[in-house]
Amino acid sequence: MRITGAEALVQSLQAEGVEVVFGYPGGVALPIFDALYDVESPRTILVRHEQAAVHAADGYARVTGKPAAVIVTSGPGATNTITGIANAFMDSIPMVVITAQVATHVIGTDAFQESDTTGITIPITKHNYLVKNSAELPEVIKEAFHIATMGRPGPVLIDLPVDVSKGELTFKYPEQVNLPGFKPTYKGHSKQIKQAAELIAKARKPLLYAGGGVLGSGAWKELKELAELMQLPVVTTLMGKGAFPEDHHLFVGMPGMHGAKYTNYAITETDLLIGVGVRFDDRVTGKLAAFATKAKVIHVDIDPAEIGKNKAADVPIVGDARNVLSVIVAELRKMGAEPRTDAWMRVIDDWRNRFPLHYHTGDDVLMPEYVVERVRELTKDRPTVICTEVGQNQMWACQYTKIREPRTWVSSGGLGTMGFGFPAAMGAQIGRPDYLVVDIAGDGSFQMNSQELATVFINKIPVKVVILNNGILGMVHQWQELFYDKRYASSILGQESPDFVKLAEAYGCLGLRATKPEDVDAVLQEAFDYDGPAVVDCRVSSEACVWPMVAPGGSIDEMLGGIPGGPVSDMLDEELLEEVWE
Amino acid sequence: MTHTLSVLVENKPGVLTRVASLFARRGFNIDSLAVGVTEDPTLSRMTIVVSAEDTPLEQITKQLHKLINVLKIQDLDPKEMIDRELVLFKVNAPPERRHEIIEVANVFRAKIVDVGKNSLTIEATGAGDKLAAMEDLLRAYGIKELARTGKIALARGLKDTQ
Repeated sequence: MRITGAEALVQSLQAEGVEVVFGYPGGVALPIFDALYDVESPRTILVRHEQAAVHAADGYARVTGKPAAVIVTSGPGATNTITGIANAFMDSIPMVVITAQVATHVIGTDAFQESDTTGITIPITKHNYLVKNSAELPEVIKEAFHIATMGRPGPVLIDLPVDVSKGELTFKYPEQVNLPGFKPTYKGHSKQIKQAAELIAKARKPLLYAGGGVLGSGAWKELKELAELMQLPVVTTLMGKGAFPEDHHLFVGMPGMHGAKYTNYAITETDLLIGVGVRFDDRVTGKLAAFATKAKVIHVDIDPAEIGKNKAADVPIVGDARNVLSVIVAELRKMGAEPRTDAWMRVIDDWRNRFPLHYHTGDDVLMPEYVVERVRELTKDRPTVICTEVGQNQMWACQYTKIREPRTWVSSGGLGTMGFGFPAAMGAQIGRPDYLVVDIAGDGSFQMNSQELATVFINKIPVKVVILNNGILGMVHQWQELFYDKRYASSILGQESPDFVKLAEAYGCLGLRATKPEDVDAVLQEAFDYDGPAVVDCRVSSEACVWPMVAPGGSIDEMLGGIPGGPVSDMLDEELLEEVWE
Repeated sequence: MTHTLSVLVENKPGVLTRVASLFARRGFNIDSLAVGVTEDPTLSRMTIVVSAEDTPLEQITKQLHKLINVLKIQDLDPKEMIDRELVLFKVNAPPERRHEIIEVANVFRAKIVDVGKNSLTIEATGAGDKLAAMEDLLRAYGIKELARTGKIALARGLKDTQ
């Protein structure tokens, strides 16, 4: 039977098991939306801005591990997706973005709503396609989903000219792909793995450093098994939050610019850093020359280009985290390796006790950290996904939440995209309908995509936005305070405009406000119990900074703020250190 | 350090852009680039000459590998490769100097491919140093125009470039 390209696209999405499409129509996208009109699945969510569609697909993928599709029109529809695609690319999030395009015979003529979408997106997609005839479509879509999800995940874009989606083809969805240039390595090199196991068995001050790759590969069980078998302390990056339960005694926090001091001390002092699915990002390492200088480095990653990119690895292992970790565990068992980190854990716990995260509280003034703590406590007993915007709100969320379940943390890492959290929360809620989904937001970030309040209201997506409203672009303000002589150029927003309660209500959502510490529990509880989307405007202190902090380009054990202490060489308890070597 | 990369790619539209933009994004200047279809019409070979230190080059090679349309990359060992380039020189050649110029061409086993009233066009092939020497000599007569293909290369003997 002959069907149209658009119908073939819809059937291909069904064949891939795609549950949801986030989209926005337009002239040349009409055949596609027309074909979606008749089907139950995938469900189409009409957003209010194309950027939000991509962030929603991103949030959906982070909580489910599955790709969603984004469908938008040509020209401005396509260019509006750029930030979202770049964000997903930086954080290795799988998705397929379908942009409509002007008809093939007018491509290159500056036709109405034409943009060179494949040209623009080459550097921010894992791969992209311009489909020139309808018959190619099933194969292209099959390849797109394969590439997006296999190996290091990432966004793939398909540019679909209107005559291709209208043209007819005989549909048969391919069972296999033929991609000779794309063969990711899943199994680690056995010799390297053996070497890694030997180093782990021998190390006195080892440290597991787990990132987004652990979540991407679904390796949290194997990570925990390895950590518990050898009693290895674990730090997780911003992208890796949730890969290891944060209430576990072996959990040692998030490293880097706004990590806890004890976390950064542990990295600086470790003698074996076991990086799994991490990329030694500058926000983690600070000054590279001073990063983990006492350590041998094992680096496990599915992307060979990550290994040795920033920090040289003594034992490089290219492979899938899940596969590699399970083989390392088996190898250690075979060797009969015993944990020997007792004393090392005492050193770390000593730092943990002396240099905990803390903030100053006032009686009347509402502190942002306090709000995050209350979100944490009030969601303790219910399955919750925490999303964040970008900036101070995100760092406080990193510091003061305790993520205990994998894929329940959604935050923009590499690109640091303001406006990400709320639409991502929308996607996360669709991916996990039974979970409470909370977006910890800043007033600046939230305003970048607040138009999606309409989408969540109309589609009954009951996300809760908790705005830490300090009336400033907090992180910018903090840097200006510290490094720009308190000259607050373009960083003052004002707490009064917009009135977030009225804004929420204007869209049909619940709007609540807290101005004092004693208000917080009641309004949060009301929002969390409300059967629909809610916005909580928390008027917090604009004085608060995120502490501690590594100055840009500084060594990570020399931190500003927090409880005085550092560098690590001065912070070691000699007696405890002795025990490590006994 | 100059590297000669032999990159086997799928013969599809847009592949050149993907490869070239990877170099550009990391601030590398491509010294020369030659692309042509191979014995298998679905594949093309790019010979890319680039000046780079080993570490950044390794990173860019790994990034190139990640392109879906790239099948194989080889950093050819200068001692173990055959490399050639073709150059067309259009040289000022008033009738009284033609003979001299033809002599020069002969010495380099180059061919005269066009004769104008006041010019000669010479086709020369060879490795870089030979062509450089020839260019040097011809400059004395005045080179009006010059076009070169960029280097192409294969690994020697049994060493299979593929």
